[in-house]
Order: sequence, then C-alpha cells, then structure tokens
Amino acid sequence: MSETYLPNGLPTPSTAPDGLAEPYWQGTREGKLRIQKCKGCGAWQWGPEWICHRCHSFDLGWEEIQGRGRIYSYQKPHHPVHGALTGHGPYVVVLVELPEYGNVRMVGNLLGDPKQAVPIGAPVEAVFEPHDGYTLVQWRLVSA
Amino acid sequence: MTDRTLRGKVAIVGIGETTYYKHGQSPDSEFKLALQAVVNACEDAGISPHDVDGFASYGNDRSDAPRLASALGTKDFRFSNMFWGGGGGGVCGAVGNAAAAVATGMADCVVAFRSLAQGQYARYGRSQASTAVTGDDAFLAPYGLMSPAQRFAMKVTRFMHDHGIRQDALRAISLACYHHAQNNPNAVMKGRPLDAAKYDASRWIIEPFFHLYDCCQENDGAAAVIVVPAERAKDFKGKPTYLLACGQGSDHRSAAPVHNMPNYPSSHFNQLAPRMYEMAKLGPSDMGIVQCYENFTGGVLMSLVEHGLVKAEEANEVLTPENLFVESGKMPLNTSGGNLAECYMHGLELVIEAVRQIRGTAINQVKRNDAAIVIGGPMVTPVSSLILGSEATL
Repeated sequence: MSETYLPNGLPTPSTAPDGLAEPYWQGTREGKLRIQKCKGCGAWQWGPEWICHRCHSFDLGWEEIQGRGRIYSYQKPHHPVHGALTGHGPYVVVLVELPEYGNVRMVGNLLGDPKQAVPIGAPVEAVFEPHDGYTLVQWRLVSA
Repeated sequence: MTDRTLRGKVAIVGIGETTYYKHGQSPDSEFKLALQAVVNACEDAGISPHDVDGFASYGNDRSDAPRLASALGTKDFRFSNMFWGGGGGGVCGAVGNAAAAVATGMADCVVAFRSLAQGQYARYGRSQASTAVTGDDAFLAPYGLMSPAQRFAMKVTRFMHDHGIRQDALRAISLACYHHAQNNPNAVMKGRPLDAAKYDASRWIIEPFFHLYDCCQENDGAAAVIVVPAERAKDFKGKPTYLLACGQGSDHRSAAPVHNMPNYPSSHFNQLAPRMYEMAKLGPSDMGIVQCYENFTGGVLMSLVEHGLVKAEEANEVLTPENLFVESGKMPLNTSGGNLAECYMHGLELVIEAVRQIRGTAINQVKRNDAAIVIGGPMVTPVSSLILGSEATL
C-alpha cells in the first residue's frame, strides 16, 4: 500500500448492505471515476440513488468521467473528530464541482501542504489513492 | 387564501426547564430530566401533569412518549409525534406539530419537549464510526469528514466567500449570546464572559470560520412547553403566547447526497420563510424578538439572511455586538444566551425565551415584545421556524 493523505485507521467505505454504490467503488479500484447518468433523460446524478431525481427513471447507468473540476468550497479541520486523527493537525477537505457533468460535486482531500491557500474556483484533477481493499479519489491543484 | 392556518389557533401557556448543566454534570438521568421539565411546565401553566394528553419531540429524543405518558399518569393519551431529522432542526416543528394536533382536535393539551443529557451518551464532536461505513458516510468519513461541524463548514465557507462577509459578523453573534448569558442565572456560561480578544485567541475547530466560540456546547438538561387551544388560553395561570405560524421542511433537495443540494451555501430556509410569514400575516420588520438556533454561528448568519432579518450584503455592517445586545441593539439576538451560552437544549430554550419575552418576564427584556421569531437548527434537513405573538398580534 502506498502512502495516503490521512493516517490509517479511519472508517473505510463499504457498499453493504444494498450495493447501490458498488459500481463506483469497483471503478475506483480500476482507476476509473464513474458516476450515475440517467438513461431516460441524460441527467448526471451524484451521490448515487436508485431513481433519477429529474425524470424518475429507475434506469440509471454508470458513466466513466474525466476527473476534472474546480474547488467549490473547502475546510481545514483542526479538531480531531476520530481517534486516528489525534495529533495529526489540520488537513484539507475540498468540495469539488464538475462543470462538465452537470455541476455534480464530490468530496475529497486536497493533496499537498495543509497550510496552502485553497482558492475557491481553482481547477483540480482527481488522483486515485489505493488503500487496502478500496481506492479513494483525492484531488490536486492543476494550472488553469 | 384559505382558512387552513395555525394562526391564532393555539397558545403556549406553560414553560418548564430543568437546571441546565455542563456536559456530563447532571446528577439526574435523561428521562428524569424530561419528567422534571414537563412537571415544571405544568406547574407554570397551573395544571396537573395528568391532564397533558400528547407529546411531541424531535431529534430522535430518547425519552419516548409512551413511557412519559405512563410515568406521568396521563389520563387520556391522545397524541405522540416525532419530527424527523437530527439535532435541533425540528425544535419549532415539534411545537408546530403539537399545535396542529391541538388545532385539529386530535388533542387538547400537548407538551413539546426536548431532553438531552449528552454526557450520558455519545459526543457530537467525536465520531463513533469504527470500521466500515455505508451510504453517504462512505463518501465522507474516509476523508476525515464526520462531525456536524464538518458537515456544515463548507456551506459557511462558500456563503462567506460569495458575499464577502468577514469573521467579525460571526464573532458578534457569539459575543451577543455570551453577553446575554451573564445576567441569566440558569445559563451554563454565566460568569464566563467572552470578549473579542478571547474569541480571536480561541482554538480553531475548523478553519476558516469555526473558532471554538462559534460552536455550541454539549449540555445536559430538558425543556418543555405546553400547547392548548386558543379559546382556552386564558384559563391558565399566565399571559398566553399565541402561535402565529410554523414553517417546516427544507429547500429543494437539500438532503441530496454527498453535498449535492442545488443551493449549497444555505441554512435551508429559503422556501420555508416566505410561507411562514404569509401564515403569520407579519414580516421580518415586525419581529422585535429574534431567537436563532446556534449550532454554529455561520448557520445563524445564513438563517437571519434567509428569514429576511439581515441582508447578506449588509451583514458586515449590521451584525455588530452593539446591534445585537439588548441594551443598545436594533435586533437583540438570543437574549437568554441561546445554545452557545445558556444551554444547548437543541433550541427549546429559545422557544421558552421567546415566550418569556412576550410575557414581559425575561431577564434581558426587549421593548418591542409583541412578536417573536424562533428559528430552528439551521443547515440540517428538515428545519423549522416559528412566529409567536402576544394577544395584540391576533
């Protein structure tokens, strides 16, 4: 396992018990970013749900997308909310908006120095971060 | 306009609170606190607890209504109701649901209550998540996003960014709550005043806008209000407080997963507030009493804006300590200390303070005390708000 942004011991993602998000996690393990796209009306949808919020079709597909977006908002938590984070200090959580895909938003960490300025609107790209049994999608700043 | 309204149909005639304690310091169990609050509210109304015939609560309150009804010897148990959603989003909704039951004849005397001995249960600021997480949390917790503060922080960041609002506005909200608590003998933070320097020096919970003093406490206690039909309101001990409107719900898809609500930088009152004012037949400028739930000061800011009490573009100028303090303010805020400094009773202490203000018996009494707005748990889903008034507003 390669180095990860946050320490080991944090909660791990599971698709149990309903399997709704399984195509996403299967994709990230393969280095692919997939989100829902409605086969009825073409709407992008994230996070996953059983029905399209726009046309109510249950026929939702999973489309591979390019991991490109821009920072919509962010936070730098200092208070350790979990035992694994005690003494770890601030880290950066970003909310990334994906303009090419209906402005859906994804949550991840912004790689790099946690003390860095986090410019809202700045372009970012996805980075796959393998863990034991699952892969997280992280983000890094790219030049515009 | 139809006559389907709660306006003037019911009154709050009893208020009850326990002693409010710091986290973990209640000598009594959570359920005993609930009983004490209900008994105190009945005493305030001048009725026997046997005559309460319904219970309404929120936030998955652990003191369940059937046990309360049995413990109190309820003669005729007619109504029990739980408002969905966590935290204090449902505080005003629980009062509204009690009102709806009374207004429609399902019950005659409903208590809306909250009991919360947080020291006897899990902490909000510390995740209990152990290994595998599912649903929305699977996309959040592995990135270190677990606490309520973290769920809301990015909404505040974006709102402040969009409107150019400075930390000073949030500081003013916190200072006002602590200021008002200093006169309140039941306030947990009485004797622990806050000033700008202490606020600025306090540790970051989350950069860039959540200092320690922007965040609510965790506390132990219970609180209750008694709702009866308006036509019986004068049969009770004190001056009645009438319910003029309740709004509950949330903005379009505000619980969309993984932070995908269409209107993200929001406390979720944009659709609720106009219909509540319409029911009350009053507007923001009529609200002499403003009680606004502080889970975090950023939520207060957005709530005040979404209820038309402050314009976002004027927030830097309007949200100052002078404007929010009872002695000098155009808009005295959270006059008993609120969640930040009186007690984090999930906002029911704010409803009670609004009643005291309308009765004219508050410790930090405002002058314009005919109409009050109470705003419940911003940024959760669903949320709720109330407008209360004196007889003169009917």
